[in-house]
Amino acid sequence: MTEKLRSLLDSDTNCHYYNFAYLNESAKREIRRRTLKAVAIPGHQVPFGSREIPITRGWGTGGLQLTLSLIGPEDVLKVIDQGCDGSVNAVNLRRLVTLTTGCRTTTRTSDATLIQTRHRIPETPLTRGQIIIFQVPYPEVLRYVEPQETVTRRMHAEGAYHRMWTFLYENVVQWGRITIGARYPVRVHNRYLMDPSPIPRWDIPKLNQSPALMLFGAGREKRIYAVPPFTKVEPLAFKDIPFEVEHQAGAQCSRCGATDVFLTEILDKDGSCRWICSDTDYCDQRLAAREKSHGV
Amino acid sequence: MGYIAVRGGEQAITNAEILLHYYRISGSSAPLTTEQILEQLPLAVDRVMSEGALYAPELAAAALKQAAGDTLEASFLLRAHRSSVSRIGASEIINTERMRVVRRISAAFKDIPGGQVLGATPDYTHHLIRFELLTDEVKARRKLTQAFEALAQKGEPIPDTFPKVVSMLRAKGLLPQKNPKNTQPYDITLQPLEFPAPRSARLQVLARAETGGILALAYANMRGYGYVHPVVGELRVGEVPLYFKSSAEKEAVLLGWLRVTECEVITRMEKSKTDSRPQFTLGYGLCFGHNEIKAISMAVLDRALMSEEPKSPTEDQEFVLLHTDGIEASGFCLHYKLPHYVTFQSDLERIRKVRTVLEKEKVDD
Repeated sequence: MTEKLRSLLDSDTNCHYYNFAYLNESAKREIRRRTLKAVAIPGHQVPFGSREIPITRGWGTGGLQLTLSLIGPEDVLKVIDQGCDGSVNAVNLRRLVTLTTGCRTTTRTSDATLIQTRHRIPETPLTRGQIIIFQVPYPEVLRYVEPQETVTRRMHAEGAYHRMWTFLYENVVQWGRITIGARYPVRVHNRYLMDPSPIPRWDIPKLNQSPALMLFGAGREKRIYAVPPFTKVEPLAFKDIPFEVEHQAGAQCSRCGATDVFLTEILDKDGSCRWICSDTDYCDQRLAAREKSHGV
Repeated sequence: MGYIAVRGGEQAITNAEILLHYYRISGSSAPLTTEQILEQLPLAVDRVMSEGALYAPELAAAALKQAAGDTLEASFLLRAHRSSVSRIGASEIINTERMRVVRRISAAFKDIPGGQVLGATPDYTHHLIRFELLTDEVKARRKLTQAFEALAQKGEPIPDTFPKVVSMLRAKGLLPQKNPKNTQPYDITLQPLEFPAPRSARLQVLARAETGGILALAYANMRGYGYVHPVVGELRVGEVPLYFKSSAEKEAVLLGWLRVTECEVITRMEKSKTDSRPQFTLGYGLCFGHNEIKAISMAVLDRALMSEEPKSPTEDQEFVLLHTDGIEASGFCLHYKLPHYVTFQSDLERIRKVRTVLEKEKVDD
């Protein structure tokens, strides 16, 4: 019954009426041109004519437009949300791309040519030739200190980042620590201050000298920016107050036993708490390897 | 495994979608036809076309049906559809003086050349629920038809066109002259906004803004967070011809007629750039379909956004233009339903750390 209804729904979507990768060709070409500019000026936000696509604005449409503009028939796509391939929105985004392209998908980080992500960088190190695309809610890192776009653009142009430093300093004075959790500001290639998207601080070091091309797309805010392969990316920190990644002493994945990964808490009914890898593929790979070595 | 609970899973999504579509057809009434929506809920269709920025009545009706009456979702369906079809080009400039008017009023003058044409409006009627609509019986409908036909026999035909009130004020030098520039319009669907945004871009954003969104800001301006003090010079609703000239053709071709609402508000006087005496200033609103609230709000905000030094948020281009697109605002609002456990974990770790540091300091003290 479900299968039958499913096929009916699919025929309702009339996917064969749509262009390859949904967007019309001139839109894809424009997005690729803006992407090239973004790659040429690491960390600089390039405005682009963000199109409406059949995914809700604010749910990854910037990342998805980058994916749709770049994907070709040979690509293998991985889509994650919070590190998880099975998360509802990841499933939905992946489904739109496969319905309109017929491309292959994977959950294995190492098999993917394109990875679209929300809020995480996979634990498995990325390699040369891979492209990782981040979904970005707030492309403007200076939004922490300045609401006006005209002002922040001038601040970037002049490299005038003192207000951000003051913000961090005041944070330290008030709390003894920098209290920014995820979305930690970084500086790219000694020049532009950049919002790394709401990835945890755990993932910030992975931005530095990455062999993979990193693209950032903000659909609602209409901005693309990039970190080309092997580019220096540093989190903002003070000499005496160094940057810290998340660390929970003694935490271990209750499934695969990993400790050196980003873990999230799961509250059980009895109020107790377990930890679990947020990167589900990494967790699955570890389990599979263990089962193999145990000869299961 | 308990672990499954944190993954949504493809099956769950499919099931939710089936349930959604099933709810629409699960009642015992006959399916609503798009024709019925077009004929009986035309204002909803107009609103969806306007906010969806696509003049496609049938598609808008289908979208409304699919969205179960949610205008934000229905406009979004149209907007998204827009991106998949190829762009042919820009039409010729619409001439609203050629509008086949169905309604046209001025609040600035008691009488205007051509007269005030009220058309179909609930403006001057008691807003009481007509309980007969609960049953909507044939008898009552027939009576209404007869009443209309009796009226139509007596009435005079409406002229093809009406002069524009603001043109008359322009002729008297009370309003600045039009300054038409034959340049390609700024296209906000291709170029993201840059601030300060040119007027053509501002008008485009307002023309596809969410009605409630611009109403709230225009109302704030009218109430005191602004200095526009508008007088409706003219509000007209009707059909305008749309012409298109392709590179292959010598003459522009009539593509069809669009229903639009146009509003000009006359606002406070300012020093004239060309005349030694002061002139009134003008705010302009135009949107797809019949939507008077939107056209008036747009005209007020258009004028408010001309302020060079904004004194209130409703005069600030970034504040107004970046927050009134229904599709963007609603989408971002809804995104907070998406899982945020990675970012929240990161915040949890920070609060625990700060609490530990402070606790330690307390012990040390």
